[in-house]
Amino acid sequence: MNPSPEDTAVPAITALDILLWGALPYVMMVVLVGGLVWRYKYDQFGWTTRSSQLYESRLLRIASPLFHFGLLAVIAGHFFGLVIPMAWTQAVGMSQEFYHLNALLVGGVAGVGTLGGILLLIYRRRTTGPVFMATTKNDKTMYVVLTAAIVFGLWTTLASVFEGEHGHNYRETVAPWFRSLFIFQPDIAAMAAAPFSFHLHTLVGMALFVIWPFTRLVHAFTAPLHYLFRPYIVYRSRDRDRDRDRDRTGSRAGASPARTSGTAARRGWSAVGTRDRDTRNR
Amino acid sequence: MRVMAQMGMVMNLDKCIGCHTCSVTCKQAWTNRAGTEYVWFNNVETRPGQGYPRRYEDQEKWQGGWELNKRGKLVLKAGGRVKKLLGIFASPVQPELKDYYEPWTYDYKTLVDAPLGDDFPVARPKSLITGEDTKITWSANWDDDLGGSTEYGHLDPIVEKVRRESEDKIKFAYEQTFMFYLPRICEHCLNPSCMASCPSGAIYKRVEDGIVLVDQDKCRGWRQCVTGCPYKKIYFNHKTGKAEKCTFCYPRVEVGLPTVCSETCVGRLRYLGLFLYDADAVTAAASVTDPQELYDAQMDVLLDPNDPAVQAEARAEGIPEDWIDAARRSPVYALAKVYKVALPLHPEYRTMPMVWYVPPLSPVVDLLRDQGHDGEDAGNLFGAIDALRIPVEYLAELFTAGDADRVTAVLKKLAAMRSYMRGISMGNDPDDSIPEAVGMDGQTMYEMYRLMAIAKYEERYVIPKAHVEQAHDLEEMGCSLDFDGGPGMQDSSPFGEASGKPVPVAVETFNALRDRQTSGSAPGETTLRGRVNLLNWDGTGAPDGLFPEKPLPVKPPPVKPGGPAETAPAGGQP
Repeated sequence: MNPSPEDTAVPAITALDILLWGALPYVMMVVLVGGLVWRYKYDQFGWTTRSSQLYESRLLRIASPLFHFGLLAVIAGHFFGLVIPMAWTQAVGMSQEFYHLNALLVGGVAGVGTLGGILLLIYRRRTTGPVFMATTKNDKTMYVVLTAAIVFGLWTTLASVFEGEHGHNYRETVAPWFRSLFIFQPDIAAMAAAPFSFHLHTLVGMALFVIWPFTRLVHAFTAPLHYLFRPYIVYRSRDRDRDRDRDRTGSRAGASPARTSGTAARRGWSAVGTRDRDTRNR
Repeated sequence: MRVMAQMGMVMNLDKCIGCHTCSVTCKQAWTNRAGTEYVWFNNVETRPGQGYPRRYEDQEKWQGGWELNKRGKLVLKAGGRVKKLLGIFASPVQPELKDYYEPWTYDYKTLVDAPLGDDFPVARPKSLITGEDTKITWSANWDDDLGGSTEYGHLDPIVEKVRRESEDKIKFAYEQTFMFYLPRICEHCLNPSCMASCPSGAIYKRVEDGIVLVDQDKCRGWRQCVTGCPYKKIYFNHKTGKAEKCTFCYPRVEVGLPTVCSETCVGRLRYLGLFLYDADAVTAAASVTDPQELYDAQMDVLLDPNDPAVQAEARAEGIPEDWIDAARRSPVYALAKVYKVALPLHPEYRTMPMVWYVPPLSPVVDLLRDQGHDGEDAGNLFGAIDALRIPVEYLAELFTAGDADRVTAVLKKLAAMRSYMRGISMGNDPDDSIPEAVGMDGQTMYEMYRLMAIAKYEERYVIPKAHVEQAHDLEEMGCSLDFDGGPGMQDSSPFGEASGKPVPVAVETFNALRDRQTSGSAPGETTLRGRVNLLNWDGTGAPDGLFPEKPLPVKPPPVKPGGPAETAPAGGQP
């Protein structure tokens, strides 16, 4: 482990710290990954955005992009804050003040946008009859945890605004702990030294990831980035796909081996020999 | 050249009486479920009319299909890949339920439960979306038979266009002039824009028969396909969150049966058969600059199944011999390319649709008859077709991207056939000048008459079966043994009934049968999740849900004479 200079100032690591910052993250990871694998394997049919745009789109058209794009910015911010070490940003000449101002401005805007988006989405969900009818208990639980994670996250950001210069530098506590998790040597002491607001945000965040695979949030893990690369026209043959997966709804068995040999490993959406169409349309 | 087989359909609009039997049987077979109440894989529109969903043909609004960009390249009208991904969080152009209609049912229960009184009980409409009382304002065929045309007629995008172009202010003369029905299913296009719009790649075209399907496991509900399809024939199931579309009744077609809509068509106006086409030529054909030449380009993509070179290519591609034979006997190929009387719906969308239409001659004939002329005389008919610009232009906007001459040529062929065959059945010598006037010979015209007017079942439907030696791979049989947990595991749906893999019927039946044989009690709620499987009901006991719930035994209401109270809700309404 890598004790940071403040370690002497903070109380000793308690059993609760070990549980929360040493064990819980790994439990969360196991549930998240295991849950995703399990759901992908057994519940592809339930793996969808469950869009409610059919019922209402006026509010959705504002709220949903606001929330989603805000969230993407928030995720990018987390990446900068947690993954990139402070030493690196200082090495490229970024001062602590500049970094913080940036984080506060961009992070604040993104966070407020995300929060505004989700509040508007919840308002829409509650007040639009058909949308509320289509809301499950699972959705409601998810909304509570998701909103809590955003609110507490925003709190950590805003708190540091008011504390100004003397605010907490999470890049010396939370971030090293976060990175240390990936080398299986959790820096519990660093995380334990962070203020309560960060603890709360982290805990709610972990709760969010725990329920993630079991809620409609899973759609995020199948963000269709491969759309940028796949051919426009998709052919599938039952024969060809037979070995790959047998129970897919699919096509008639009518082709001879001449058409199918040597193509068993292809993806379902890969083209069947109409390359000119695909490359031209790409 | 890359030969592929495509199942196609031709509808002879002259024979459509607008009875909606196809829509109803299709709905019973495919979309009789929660979440698909508003979904009509097959619908019948009265034209002129707005269609379903309303004004779907207005592509300036709905952005369906393809267009050519400045460099002449084929691009999706709604935007390219990046634009689509950026708009994924709230699909920018997507019809809402109000563009379809809010499905409803009636509160039939009050009809039998209402206390005795002076007033007649009324079954009020209840929304199937909110469950609340609703006011019915629209439906899938609200403007049936030109109902409300004086109010809505001008909203038909094609009426708008024809009026704008002809520039003479036609007061709504359409309803006095002509009317016809347009049954629509998915076009199973050669160049489907729904497929190209799908971010997940869940929509695919089957190599063997060209049927376009949505992989329900891969669909993630991004809803771009709804925008992409210019015919608006992809629907969003709002309960499962997945896209659904016409399946061309592939389970029936695979065993050589016609689709449900074809089989039940009262007018016998649908034809089913194979096209052989050159898959490599499709993109180039869809990229032709002049929209009016798209029809010719599409014709060129279709290959002649009697050409030995085409047959050899088809064999090389692994198309079985009986399929090649079926392609040679294909009624749809004959109507589309040999007789050239079937036209594609909206070729200007550049999707290369594979459901074709024989445009209706009946408006012309009816008009002649109403005016006291002989509606079957070749001269009268030819003259009328030339004179009646309004229906011809309207049909041209539907079927030939506005090329009225093409429609005129088809209508003249139909008129010639009518006139020629009337002469024969009157006992006169065949007047070969009539077929010659439309560029056909007497023999061909007679064959066309046989196919279109006699229309024997086996000539209308030439559907090659899927191959017997591969039958074990067909839908249910292929997967039932592999089904996870096979016979044994059930009820793996922690996210409600819309989640988890659908249980193959064979597995469900196996489990229900075993339960019945081993449990000693009547099959009930637990095994079938509240549904009743009558195949397994042996008459002992009454499974839950077999009969409607009995009213609570409080005060017995005054019994009305006659009529079984329990079953009345279904049959007792007017």
